[in-house]
Amino acid sequence: MEPMMVGRVVVAGEVRGHVLVSLEPISFWGGYDQATGEIIDRRHPLTGQMAAGKILAIPYTRGSSTTTAVLLESVKEGKSPAAILTSGVDRFLALASIVADEMYARPIPILALEPGDFLKLHSGQVLRITLDGRIFFVDADDHLKD
Amino acid sequence: MTLDLTREDRNMLEGGYDPGVAMAMSIITRMAEVSGAACLIDISAAHIDSALFMGDATLEFAERLVELGAKVRVPTSLNVSGLDEAGWREWPVPEAYAEKALRQMAAYQRMGCTPTWTCAPYQTEFRPQFGQQIAWGESNAIAFVNSVVGARTERYPDLLDICAAITGRVPAIGLHLLENRRGQILLRLEHVPRSMQDSSIFYPVLGTIMGRAAGERVPVVDGLDITPNEDQLKALGAAAASAGGVALYHLVGLTPEAPSLQAVFQGLLPEEEVKINEDLLVTTYRGLSSASGNRLDMVAVGCPHFSLAEFQQLVSIIKGKRRHPDVQFLVTTNRFMVGKAWEAGYLDALHEFGARVSLDACILTSPMLPPEIQVILTNSGKYTYYTPGLLNRQVFLGSLEECVDSAVEGRLVREDSVWNR
Repeated sequence: MEPMMVGRVVVAGEVRGHVLVSLEPISFWGGYDQATGEIIDRRHPLTGQMAAGKILAIPYTRGSSTTTAVLLESVKEGKSPAAILTSGVDRFLALASIVADEMYARPIPILALEPGDFLKLHSGQVLRITLDGRIFFVDADDHLKD
Repeated sequence: MTLDLTREDRNMLEGGYDPGVAMAMSIITRMAEVSGAACLIDISAAHIDSALFMGDATLEFAERLVELGAKVRVPTSLNVSGLDEAGWREWPVPEAYAEKALRQMAAYQRMGCTPTWTCAPYQTEFRPQFGQQIAWGESNAIAFVNSVVGARTERYPDLLDICAAITGRVPAIGLHLLENRRGQILLRLEHVPRSMQDSSIFYPVLGTIMGRAAGERVPVVDGLDITPNEDQLKALGAAAASAGGVALYHLVGLTPEAPSLQAVFQGLLPEEEVKINEDLLVTTYRGLSSASGNRLDMVAVGCPHFSLAEFQQLVSIIKGKRRHPDVQFLVTTNRFMVGKAWEAGYLDALHEFGARVSLDACILTSPMLPPEIQVILTNSGKYTYYTPGLLNRQVFLGSLEECVDSAVEGRLVREDSVWNR
């Protein structure tokens, strides 16, 4: 099966899940509830959505160092996204994932996509991400079977 | 690009030292790979923001490093903390928060960091030299040290800054490299009256305009008629780093890497040009106050932390005055600077005026404000930017003179100046 797209591996991991997409960047501080995994920035299009356990696709983050701390706290709480897709390398997300790996052996897989590939994503799709950065679109029924 | 490590880098990574060093080096090298760095470079100083308590995971991170024997390899100062260690009981800081904040502060001191507890380390003995490679956290400190001192630091986020201090090594990227320090966007002052440039309000307002226009790019300002003092440059950078992501700015003919327009753009053309006139300055100034009316509960100054020169200036304005009982007056600074102010005999005057001095923390980093404080007047562009969202309080921006006059009158008092006409 041909992958739908291939991303640059920022932090490697294998994951399958529903994707939650927005073209609007997020500040995790004040935008992501680390205790529940809900997007809480009231001005963000994904507000009220639960990102915990999902594949979160956002172009990049705002709020630099606080984003790192909030994402790390959410890993400790078990409320982080299952994976994160961005449209370029976001160093602050990468740092949170690398520290989560060092501390809890629970890195968040992160892939950087070409802008054209990013635009092919739609909320609700089920994706499978491989260790080498290939992304497959999974039929929802197929997903339910396994 | 593959990352080229030295024998000593590998030695740190592969367990030649305590396991805390290996953990820090692992984070540094993985971040270097993510950032596409060709190699690591030495740093000779660090400034750490990570000691500010954010939650259980960041506390656990610090205590893990201590447990694993990590110590800093270079002289390392600490940023503003989450708690005024000596004075927090005078404010409604929750006990449970204080216990964890103190643990986090202790962990960083056990790693060998110096308890400077200030967001203005460039006004202490930890100020580096021109051209020195360093790893600093705290956005206003990064902007000042890159722009005014001419030392070289990337933006170090929490968790990474301490790894740099432990290993003394950082990825060779971004503002560590000369070619990335060139100007990118040109801001030209056009017919801005000298009286406006002389006023202290000019700097947080210009900084806000710089930050909004530049985002994370390097702005260059041309056309200043005066030579700002260090505290004015501090206010400028703090506002630019808050309103945008400015980590380095240049003032043509004034800051060390900007002898001329041609030099600062390294022979290239600016990506964009923005004209700044009196109208833009006044409109921006008005937009910075989120509060309306003239009711006031507190005046807060010292963001970034108050310097000795600022204490001196404040003391000369408050002489013979006393604040209104309904308006509190708070000065935030650090233990080093308050010692200097005490030696200079400034603290008695502050006491007589009715000002309170809080050390090592500030209203943004410590949960210290009582609920009845709802409207705050400040001379800081950074407080103005963060207070409404972070603290859910409303703010006015005003000059230091307006701060004092308003505290005396018990309500917002505006000067008759070019800003308020």
